[in-house]
Amino acid sequence: MRSARLVPVEPDDADAVVTLRGAAFGYGDRAVLTDVDLTIHSGEIVAIVGPNGSGKSTLMKGVLGLNERVAGTVTLFGVDSNEFHDRARLGYVPQRHTLSASVRATAEEIVATGRLSRIGWLGRLRATDRQIVARSLEVVGLADRAATEVSTLSGGQQRRVLIARALAGQPDVLIMDEPTAGVDAANQHVLADVLARLVERDVTMVIVTHELGALERLLTRIVVIDGGRIRFDGTPQEYAHARDRVHHDHDSHHHDLELDGHRPSLGPGPLDVTHPDGGRP
Amino acid sequence: MIDLLTVDFMQRALIAALLVGTVAPMVGIFLVQRRLSLIGDGMGHVALAGVAIGLVTGAAPVLTALVAAVVAAVVIELLRTRGRTNGDVALAVIFYGGIAGGVVIISKSPDGTPANLMKYLFGSILTTQRSDLYVFAGLAVLIAVTTWALRPRLFAVANDEEYARAVGIPVLPLNIVLAVLTATTVVVAMRVVGLLLISALMIVPNAASQLFARSFSSGLRWAIAFGLVSSVGGVALSYPLDTPSGGTIVLLAVALFVVTAIITSVVARTGSRRHEVAETHAHEHGVECGHPAVTHGDHVDYVHDGHLHAAHEGHYDEHGVHHAHPEPGDARAEPAGTRPGPTTGSRP
Repeated sequence: MRSARLVPVEPDDADAVVTLRGAAFGYGDRAVLTDVDLTIHSGEIVAIVGPNGSGKSTLMKGVLGLNERVAGTVTLFGVDSNEFHDRARLGYVPQRHTLSASVRATAEEIVATGRLSRIGWLGRLRATDRQIVARSLEVVGLADRAATEVSTLSGGQQRRVLIARALAGQPDVLIMDEPTAGVDAANQHVLADVLARLVERDVTMVIVTHELGALERLLTRIVVIDGGRIRFDGTPQEYAHARDRVHHDHDSHHHDLELDGHRPSLGPGPLDVTHPDGGRP
Repeated sequence: MIDLLTVDFMQRALIAALLVGTVAPMVGIFLVQRRLSLIGDGMGHVALAGVAIGLVTGAAPVLTALVAAVVAAVVIELLRTRGRTNGDVALAVIFYGGIAGGVVIISKSPDGTPANLMKYLFGSILTTQRSDLYVFAGLAVLIAVTTWALRPRLFAVANDEEYARAVGIPVLPLNIVLAVLTATTVVVAMRVVGLLLISALMIVPNAASQLFARSFSSGLRWAIAFGLVSSVGGVALSYPLDTPSGGTIVLLAVALFVVTAIITSVVARTGSRRHEVAETHAHEHGVECGHPAVTHGDHVDYVHDGHLHAAHEGHYDEHGVHHAHPEPGDARAEPAGTRPGPTTGSRP
């Protein structure tokens, strides 16, 4: 009922980046998200979609160790998350509408903090580290704004600074929280181009989002979360198929946002246990 | 100025001012960044209790103040992380408990005159002892070295605590270190600035430098410069004016802030008249945008419909009409890319 993924996943996958087994996450013993079985492999571009409050951010923060795991196991790169200390391998791009405005800082200074997890406790950035920082800014198309104060950049540019910060840590997977939220359409395309460039470089990505939008063309897999559970897990083709079926059943709304944003789940059918929204016209 | 330097207590007060003026803004910038501008004030309150215990027991007030402030710093930081809703109230209890305890205990000590209390609260150039100076110098070096060594990490944690935690930077230890640095700065500053005013010297120079700084490092450098000018200047002025040194230092820092605010707003107004923002287009100029890049003075412009676009903050500035300068002897073979084409911002 939970997952549309047909191929059973081997427990000791060599290329598994993140493996969740019966995992439940929440805050202070209260689980927001329960019963999650999910394996993300190296090279996958996975979107985790669901409406606000569905539990998708809870899932992401659980993987990052930012909230409490109530049950189950989390395995990162084949190591149990309790014993996993090389957190720099997880490149986190948080959702921030604005970068810190309390003190001035340049894009380069922000991106350089992403490099710290790769150098020792008292180490300073060396020439090679500075090169990596410069290259990260280049990849996101902000090389000419390295010395620009970040609060003067546009929302989309600030989002790309945060992506560059994650890239500076040379992570094995990028975990992004709503990279397109609050970014206008033109800048969403610039952002999608940047991510496409990363796809070419074989960067594994997990993108948490409430709308697929400009990112849809990049994805290899879509996971739908709603009501604290995984409701769908499959390829974009399978997702489109499931979506068509919902549209067919309702024969009315042809709007992505309707499906992903407002309805509590995908709609009636084999993917759903209940359909609380059945009374809708 | 010459006779200022020959007076014994003035020498000591000026050296103490030099130390405080340097380290207070260094620590303060991280407090500003973490939006904890008032925490130093609270630590000053608790340090007063430490001073009082020192006066009553006959121990050196500087050392007892240091112990009290450092213990309070660690407790405060732990409360801030653990307690979610009542942390704020708990801090208030500690701070006011500290200052109330300090005032009551001092009144029972042999030196417990109101004048003596005023010196600790608002600073005095007369109180810096020779033995204090060695302790202050040692502590100031410790603060400066620790802050410099940990600066990238303190910046990362204050900039984005959640991200720092996600990538495995030790957030709580670094926050505790910052709290202890703050407490130590409070103690170094207690003689010349006073326990009620020390927080101002950590914050106000940073507030002034943030008005015009364009990077974290330039903001920090200017804050130290402002801190030095106000602390040394304040001590020097308080002698001829016969005023409490702490109040004089802080008024000087506030004056610097006001003057900086006026200058930056005037400069901003004249500056915005001089620069012209280019029309917006959906893409960003870069290697792949298809618009030829040309060097224009100290920077690179992109030729967009015959106009030069230069990256500025979140937009592009209009840098005038582009005149193609063909290579000498190559006038006819102008590369196709540099010819202003009819591509109205469309992506290639």
